[in-house]
Amino acid sequence: MKDTLLRWFHKWGSPKWFYDLSGRWMPWLAGLSLICLLVGSIWALAFAPMDYQQGNSFRIIYLHVPAAILAQSAYMLLAILGVITLVWRMKMTEILATACAPIGASMTFLALVTGSLWGVPTWGTWWIWDARLTSMLVLLFLYLGIMALQDAIRDPSSAARASAILAIVGVINIPIIKYSVEWWYTLHQPATFKLTEKPAMPMEMWLPLLMMLIGFYAFFAWSLLLRARHQVLIREQKTRWVTQLLDAKPATKSDPSESAKS
Amino acid sequence: MYFASFADFLSMQGHGIYVWASYALGLVLILANLLVPIWRTRRLRQRLQRRLQSTAAPAKELNS
Repeated sequence: MKDTLLRWFHKWGSPKWFYDLSGRWMPWLAGLSLICLLVGSIWALAFAPMDYQQGNSFRIIYLHVPAAILAQSAYMLLAILGVITLVWRMKMTEILATACAPIGASMTFLALVTGSLWGVPTWGTWWIWDARLTSMLVLLFLYLGIMALQDAIRDPSSAARASAILAIVGVINIPIIKYSVEWWYTLHQPATFKLTEKPAMPMEMWLPLLMMLIGFYAFFAWSLLLRARHQVLIREQKTRWVTQLLDAKPATKSDPSESAKS
Repeated sequence: MYFASFADFLSMQGHGIYVWASYALGLVLILANLLVPIWRTRRLRQRLQRRLQSTAAPAKELNS
């Protein structure tokens, strides 16, 4: 058991192994995310019924909820990567954390803006300083702070450790976001997705939402791998395997989605 | 199709502007998160390759 775990860690610590494996995964993630997002949005925009109270503005939910869920999942991933970076000092977790932060930040931004756009016709306001909205704004600032730290420190390992600490401290914000709609008075409606209960929405609304959620997660994984592979090439540019990789494929035809077989 | 006409689909009973603005931003952010790393990786690979070739060429001359 300990051996398998060690081997697993050793493998994940190897940028070359990651580069090879991610190259094989990416076409599948790309296909899954493109199909789900395309079918999901057409379903959401043109075929799903409108909400009897909120009208057609309800269609924003299919973007808003997956973006908000992903924003929080990406943050949890960032914090877990931060713990591993601090304890085991792995190069790969540092790289993945650098890749994760900008995607999480853009998903938080998307959740905030779509929430605002949804708020105008349903609540009559763009913004209120209530617990849910404020804690999501704090999440955006946490992401921006982490990205600034990753960027400001020259040595990649020191940068990774500093931003890992900020990421771990900021985890306190995640339960605040989750329970904000229950602890404080708010305009925001309670959670749409509950793992333990049957969905409260009818199937023809719930299925496109589920499809968009799967599409968003696949997109996240795809984008994460793309960004991480770029970082791997930067950090490993002087190593033998990268030299062999570049030697094997001419620059003009290089395709970042192809895997290395050296 | 839920809507009676295409104009109906675009206006969404007055909510169209909010819905379409949301989806436009979503599309832009998703595309940016995919295309930016693809472009950066392509540029990096080209740069590394040129560097590799410029260091490999003098070595070949020495061998011949």
